Amino acid sequence: MNAVTDTETRRLLSGNEAVAQAVWEAGVTLASAYPGTPSTEILEVLGTYPDVTAQWGVNEKVALEVAIGAALAGTRAFCAMKHVGMNVAADALMSQTLAGVNGGLVIAVADDVGLSSSQNEQDSRYWGRFAHLPVLEPADAQEAHAFTLAAFELSERFLVPVLLRLTTRVCHVKTLVEIGQRQTIEPRGFIRDSRRWVMLPGNARPMIPAQFKRDDALRAEAETSPLTTEWKGTNARIGVVASGPAALSAREALPDAPLLKLGFSHPLPVERIKAFAAGVETVLVVEETEPLVEQELRAAGMAVTGKDILPRNGELSVAVLRQAGATVRGETLPVPAATTAPADVFPRPPTMCPGCPHLSPFYCLSRLRNSVLVSGDIGCYTLGAGQPWNAMDTCTCMGASLTLANGLALAKHGDDANKAVVAVIGDSTFLHMGMQGLLNLVYNRANVTVMILDNRSVGMTGGQEHPGTGRDLYGNDAPRVDLEALVKALGVKPERVHVADPYQLPELFKLIRTEIQVPDVSVILTNQPCVLTDRHKAHPALMVDEDKCTGCGNCLAVGCPAIQVVRRGERVTASGEVKALSFVRIDSAFCTGCNACVGPCGPKCIVPQGPAETAGQAVGG
Amino acid sequence: MSASASATARQTDEPALSPALAPVTNILLCGIGGQGVLTAAELLAAAAVVEGFDVKKTEVAGMAQRGGVVTSHVRMGGRVLAPAIPPGEADVLIGFEAAEALRAVTQVRKGAALVVSDLQIRPPVVHQGLFTYPDDPIGALRAQGWKVRVVPARAIAERLGTLKLMNTVMLGAVSDLLPVPADVLRAQVVEAFRVRKPALAELNGRAFDEGRALPH
Ligand SMILES: Cc1ncc(C[n+]2csc(CCOP(=O)(O)OP(=O)(O)O)c2C)c(N)n1
Ligand code: SF4
Ligand code: SF4
Ligand code: SF4
Repeated sequence: MNAVTDTETRRLLSGNEAVAQAVWEAGVTLASAYPGTPSTEILEVLGTYPDVTAQWGVNEKVALEVAIGAALAGTRAFCAMKHVGMNVAADALMSQTLAGVNGGLVIAVADDVGLSSSQNEQDSRYWGRFAHLPVLEPADAQEAHAFTLAAFELSERFLVPVLLRLTTRVCHVKTLVEIGQRQTIEPRGFIRDSRRWVMLPGNARPMIPAQFKRDDALRAEAETSPLTTEWKGTNARIGVVASGPAALSAREALPDAPLLKLGFSHPLPVERIKAFAAGVETVLVVEETEPLVEQELRAAGMAVTGKDILPRNGELSVAVLRQAGATVRGETLPVPAATTAPADVFPRPPTMCPGCPHLSPFYCLSRLRNSVLVSGDIGCYTLGAGQPWNAMDTCTCMGASLTLANGLALAKHGDDANKAVVAVIGDSTFLHMGMQGLLNLVYNRANVTVMILDNRSVGMTGGQEHPGTGRDLYGNDAPRVDLEALVKALGVKPERVHVADPYQLPELFKLIRTEIQVPDVSVILTNQPCVLTDRHKAHPALMVDEDKCTGCGNCLAVGCPAIQVVRRGERVTASGEVKALSFVRIDSAFCTGCNACVGPCGPKCIVPQGPAETAGQAVGG
Repeated sequence: MSASASATARQTDEPALSPALAPVTNILLCGIGGQGVLTAAELLAAAAVVEGFDVKKTEVAGMAQRGGVVTSHVRMGGRVLAPAIPPGEADVLIGFEAAEALRAVTQVRKGAALVVSDLQIRPPVVHQGLFTYPDDPIGALRAQGWKVRVVPARAIAERLGTLKLMNTVMLGAVSDLLPVPADVLRAQVVEAFRVRKPALAELNGRAFDEGRALPH
């Protein structure tokens, strides 16, 4: 367990780890989350602390509501999610902030500024405006820790959930953090008061003026909050108003410019900003990513500079901010002494793992490419949209594979009229937001083949547990949902439900080919675990019998990174056509012996290793 | 202490205006998902903390854990502000894969130290014939005018018994180019393994020494 020793005062922590440490210190009873980059580690780390219960929720709405329940019970509660998670949780958020809370509730939302592993880049600070909640914006791990503690205090003082807005550059950046011991927080007890907690129109209506009053009180708090700080500067030509890690980059880029760092950024402390602005010539607003502060300041009658010269998306880096400073000051920056023009290096996109159970489903779909529309979803398997499979046509948000398929199947026409519609979804995504879509397909008598790629893991975010894995966040045994029974209960006909071993590729292919011809909802569940989890059992590596390999390259279409080309060649066919040949080997250090590539090899030259080769494997590890 | 009081006390301090502080050294690590680049960066950051430096360690992994490009930025000095190394300002580049060093070299300053593994890993898109891997990435770096310290990390690790030692060899090879004394970094490496994989602790110490002893 991760308890803090008496002598320990500082730790090198990422922002996520620092939030977890502070949640523990704050005396929280219950922390709940659904995984999502860049927020995932907060809850994983909380699972290593004593005295606090950490739970994976099946989706963000569920996770938030669980935390709300614990806060209404009168204890401190915490919820974490990535930015798009709040779209899912918004229904709960919008009404609970009207009602407020009892024990403190802090919601950490992590924005993927720069869009490195998400489907969009959205600015979670909007929720502060939309849902009338205070927004705190730490700039680094030290502040992530301090602001989390402050957020609980604010939440209990104003009886409102507090939004802790993180970004990738807070979550995943490590720095030294001062830490403390766990506080003893007396539970407040559940307040039995239906007028306060039952959101009937008659109860909710009088809460609206109270909410405006709370906004005013929060604004007054923000005006004097110690979370917002002013850093002095010697050159008043530019005054920077900034928040989050961009504030630190702004200081590095413009070290002599006075800087007002908005830690408590909503409600916006307009008076304080006006006072700051009075001492500088031009106010430069530095915020990631939308011009929220900037627009509010303009609405308050201030002339400010911001997104007119700064990029409207992505990270505001030191280089970008130096350029902005120079633009305001009318200077030209010296052309950086650097250095080399970018070399023309091949791309290295992420790949599926060697032996991944998702390889063969996408190999099959790529072979059926001309007769299917593939409605995809989010997870490791989204890589099926790329090389070598190119076997996904749509992917929007979690769960949308089934529902978009519903609409596609109904409205497809022209060249697509005769194509079958296949929806592909992972197990965690299915349980997160796919079940309703499947129910909807059945209810509306759709003609869609659904592939649920059950790898018993949230693979994409690093192998977390979920209700289909049979384990909880701590790795302890937990009830495991029976997906086969579940899809039948949702109304899929028993004869249309199939469980398939993805490593038996020819059988899987035949099954898909059969089901796409049946005008009904079919479900194909694959059943091999993610190779990066302890459920996966590797088999001895296979090898290519080089004397028999014809260089046809079929096995490369499986997309397994363990298959490597050793030599290329050409062959002239009987009809005079020149065909490229790729002779391959299998890297025994990576091959899991899964068998998926055996079927596609016509000459049957992918075979078990002889004793000699197996012996040479030790160093591969 | 109330929560709000502690919040004030622990906030990030105002940076000094004209820092008489130790300058910041920017170390850029690059490689491929699964190679352990982030762990190596972690060890550098921990060693910097032992030396009393302010430190920020960041990673740009994206979806890259699965065989994609991984870079990690480690900044150490008297006071470190921005989390990421500004382009063109890396002082040291540690390349855990040769072509990745060629990709990342645009991020380093003129005269930077380049320590690059001779390991070459071709991605599936190259095997599928869609792109080509450079014939000689280290030669290409030299042709651009860079001074490169080439580390035969794979050969050394293989000789010591397991490829898992490659990253420690790399850390040994770069250890004389850092503001942190080599012995402090070595102690971090050995200690980290003593905690997680005790059987490998001494072996990692040896791998570090072999990297350190390479002629350059
Ligand atoms: C609303 C929302 N929450 C979280 C995420 C992050 N995320 C994307 S896919 C995914 C789950 C993937 O698991 P699974 O469906 O089992 O597929 P696998 O990666 O294991 O193949 C998660 C957590 C997201 N994109 N959107
Ligand atoms: S992490 Fe698991 S599911 Fe994801 S690509 Fe690797 S093996 Fe496949
Ligand atoms: S058997 Fe084939 S597909 Fe499976 S891991 Fe080995 S090389 Fe890859
Ligand atoms: S499919 Fe078989 S014959 Fe064709 S390249 Fe691969 S190993 Fe050789």
